[in-house]
Amino acid sequence: MNETAAPSNEETNKNGSSDLEKNTTFETLLEVHNISLSFGGVHALDEVSFDIRKGEIRAIIGPNGAGKSSMLNVINGFYHPQKGSITYKGNERKKMSPQVAASQGIARTFQNIALFRGMTTLDNIMTGRNLKMKKGIFWQMLHWGPARNEEIHHREIAEHVIDFLEIEPIRKTPVGRLPYGLQKRVELGRALAAQPDLLLLDEPMAGMNVEEKEDMCRFIIDVNEEFGTTIALIEHDMGVVMDLSDRVVVLNYGKKIADGTPDFVRADQGVVDAYLGVSEK
Amino acid sequence: MAQTRKIVTSDKVSATLDREFDTFPKLLERNVIKRPKRTAMREKDFGIWQSWNWEEVSLQVKLIACGLASLGLSRGDPVAIIGDNRPRLYWTIAAVQALGGIPIPMYQDAVADEIKFLLGHALVRFAVVEDQEQIDKLLSVFDDCPNLEFIVYDQPRGMRNYIEPYLYHIEDVINKGKEFNKSKSSFFSDEVSKGKGTDTAIILYTSGTTGEPKGVVLTHEAIYLTSVNAADQEAINENDECLAYLPMAWAGDHVLSYAQSYAVGFCVSCPESSETLLNDLRELGPTYFFAPPRIYENVLTSVMIRIADSSKVKRKMFDFFMNVARRNGSDILDKKQVSVINRLLYFLGEIIVYGPLKNTLGLSRIRNAYTAGEAIGPDIFRFYRSLGINLKQLYGSTEASVFITAQPNGEVKPDTVGVPTPGVEITVSDKGEVMFRSPGVFKEYFKNPEATLETKTPDGWVRTGDAGLVGDDGHLRIIDRAKDVGRLSDATLFAPKFIENKLKFFSHIKEAVAFGDKREFCAVIVNIDLEAVGNWAERNGITYSSYQELASLPRIYDLIQEEIEQVNDELSKEADLAGAQIKRFLILHKELHADDGELTRTRKIKRGFIAEKYNLLVDALYAEDDHCKITTELTFEDGRKGMVSADLIIRTINNSNKLAAE
Repeated sequence: MNETAAPSNEETNKNGSSDLEKNTTFETLLEVHNISLSFGGVHALDEVSFDIRKGEIRAIIGPNGAGKSSMLNVINGFYHPQKGSITYKGNERKKMSPQVAASQGIARTFQNIALFRGMTTLDNIMTGRNLKMKKGIFWQMLHWGPARNEEIHHREIAEHVIDFLEIEPIRKTPVGRLPYGLQKRVELGRALAAQPDLLLLDEPMAGMNVEEKEDMCRFIIDVNEEFGTTIALIEHDMGVVMDLSDRVVVLNYGKKIADGTPDFVRADQGVVDAYLGVSEK
Repeated sequence: MAQTRKIVTSDKVSATLDREFDTFPKLLERNVIKRPKRTAMREKDFGIWQSWNWEEVSLQVKLIACGLASLGLSRGDPVAIIGDNRPRLYWTIAAVQALGGIPIPMYQDAVADEIKFLLGHALVRFAVVEDQEQIDKLLSVFDDCPNLEFIVYDQPRGMRNYIEPYLYHIEDVINKGKEFNKSKSSFFSDEVSKGKGTDTAIILYTSGTTGEPKGVVLTHEAIYLTSVNAADQEAINENDECLAYLPMAWAGDHVLSYAQSYAVGFCVSCPESSETLLNDLRELGPTYFFAPPRIYENVLTSVMIRIADSSKVKRKMFDFFMNVARRNGSDILDKKQVSVINRLLYFLGEIIVYGPLKNTLGLSRIRNAYTAGEAIGPDIFRFYRSLGINLKQLYGSTEASVFITAQPNGEVKPDTVGVPTPGVEITVSDKGEVMFRSPGVFKEYFKNPEATLETKTPDGWVRTGDAGLVGDDGHLRIIDRAKDVGRLSDATLFAPKFIENKLKFFSHIKEAVAFGDKREFCAVIVNIDLEAVGNWAERNGITYSSYQELASLPRIYDLIQEEIEQVNDELSKEADLAGAQIKRFLILHKELHADDGELTRTRKIKRGFIAEKYNLLVDALYAEDDHCKITTELTFEDGRKGMVSADLIIRTINNSNKLAAE
């Protein structure tokens, strides 16, 4: 798939320690600046700024209700912030629909699995290719000639994703019949089928057992390293976050309270307080 | 050898070796000449069956060989091959043979220590492996294997961060081969023509029910003649199709998926992965199929579970037509006389039940299906035959290049393993041990002359270690391992495997270990089958949270006890074995597993090891207690170890009424 980006991030993924060094080799893929989002009186996000560099795994963490999913929804074009700017691939944009975001190379998975339950794994993954299908409804209904060739091409990509995620045995199984962990994997597959530049994962490991988590971790690292896909993920399992991510941004009550390498964030007093709570004096 | 002993042979004569094509690389060339465009190999990858014809296979073999030669592989070098059934691994076998090297396939699920032993024993310089999993195992023992110099891998997945200089992707080796071939274009054909039929073709390590594994050295000649002879008896030809899914290190797979394919020219297909096997089987519809009994058991169990879960009408229909099949199916298959009405009913059943069922199982095109390695339950055997699937038993061993006896069409009986294949002579020694002599006899055990002497007599007879009988019809019957046959303290004959097999024929019992030699009575340790028993529990409203809990439930004990009583019933009908009925049993809290050393890699129980490991339980079986506490170590799939403890119930079977009935 997207092989070109792979070498550059490989060398930098290994060190992960010095921020300065990273700045020199990385270009910014996405930057959010002073984003504020409120629903009526509720301030979901309050002047949040951070950037996502090309080829990194960026974690967004925070206690419940901190605004993590809202942040993903903003990036993904599902919510429109009242204030602030988003720069993606060097272009500033304010309002855009999820469809436009998707066509620009942003794919995502959801906290609560959002697959077509009655469709097979393969068909679900093929829907990830939907935006890339150029032939009109006329040809598709005919299912002959150009439309057919196009489908073969997309099927090939879907099959590579299936091979990559090792879900061959469930290729033709309706998704609704699969165990939760596998459904999550299929959802990742659908996002990957879109060959995204930026992959947003909303709690990819929630509700999984240890083995499933280990598998999912490996897939996330593999996606990042093999395809050079930039990944932003929300996750509650701190062990996973600290192991996987290059940099972490911490939100609390809609505000950014820390931003940096996992080690830096872990040592930050504000983060510790947010998670463990502080006694009122 | 004693002249008095009866020697049984086949009435067909053995094939002879064609000097021009006496090695497998040369046979590959013959296939290129005879049938260049015919499909030789398939593999399902990215959801499609990719295929290679003989010409393409030959080219790949040549390039791999040249690549390995450019790395420094020379004549006589042993090469380990570890992985699932992948075309490139099969080609590597041919490539290594072409260079005069010795391929040594190893079980892909063997743990690092087992592989270390083999690598050290065979002084392996090259290893060609499937993927990262195998690489990790090899790297973990790399420092202990001073001879190991190069590791080549097939699947690059996950390998990007490995920097070891001795790791090569097979594509790179093939590219090296292309260049090497350009500069020395006659090298490959020269090397191939240097090979002779008497050269070592392969070393297959037997999984070793006892002690260290032994490397069985087989020559090209031995494997070729045995392959052709068996193909001849069974009319295997180039139109056959077979699926390569059994471990490559197992002689059965080597002969079927490699030797016979090269000798006869049929196509071999590799499944997408071991989990997709049944699906791939269905897509492919092989005509030639080989499986150990447990595969047939598993398939039957899953069929039965699905039937039990289906609607009433379907269930009734299935039961009705299965009865018809049970009465007439085998006879129709054996071309015996069957009345017109029954034929009509069977024909209807074929349309409504058997046909669709066979299609679902992927067995509708079968011409020859074999079971070997262990005894198969007569019910299971009859089930498949009554459906019109030509399932037959064969008896073989690695030392014989597999085939010793096979059941010819029309002479299939559930309790025998058939008649000798062409060229094979069999006899039964005074001690009751089956012995054979054939063109396929192994050369020696690698670096183990004592074992060779022990097994092979100077005049070429090989001891199989199995106790058996040859009937008047010339069919061989295997009773047990010769060394396992023992006697109770009152001198009653005790054949543990015979009893264990009878137990295992029940779908609820996965494994059983019988004790009784030099003891007062026979006692067994039972392993339940999680799938079958779990399903039974579900349907009977029994809840459980783990295998261990399920195995300890009194109602499961009742279920197993009923089955043991049936076995006792059957035993009471066998004159010699009636005294060795099962008196006490327990259900083990964990599944017996090869990783814990309790089973061999081919899933045969290691009775001695189990007796030692669970000596507490065995002692308790022969004591008065009705329960026993035990703590055992178990190995997880990733090699970590853990402890489990349990308090196991021991039941005594009160079979007084049965004794009275005698």
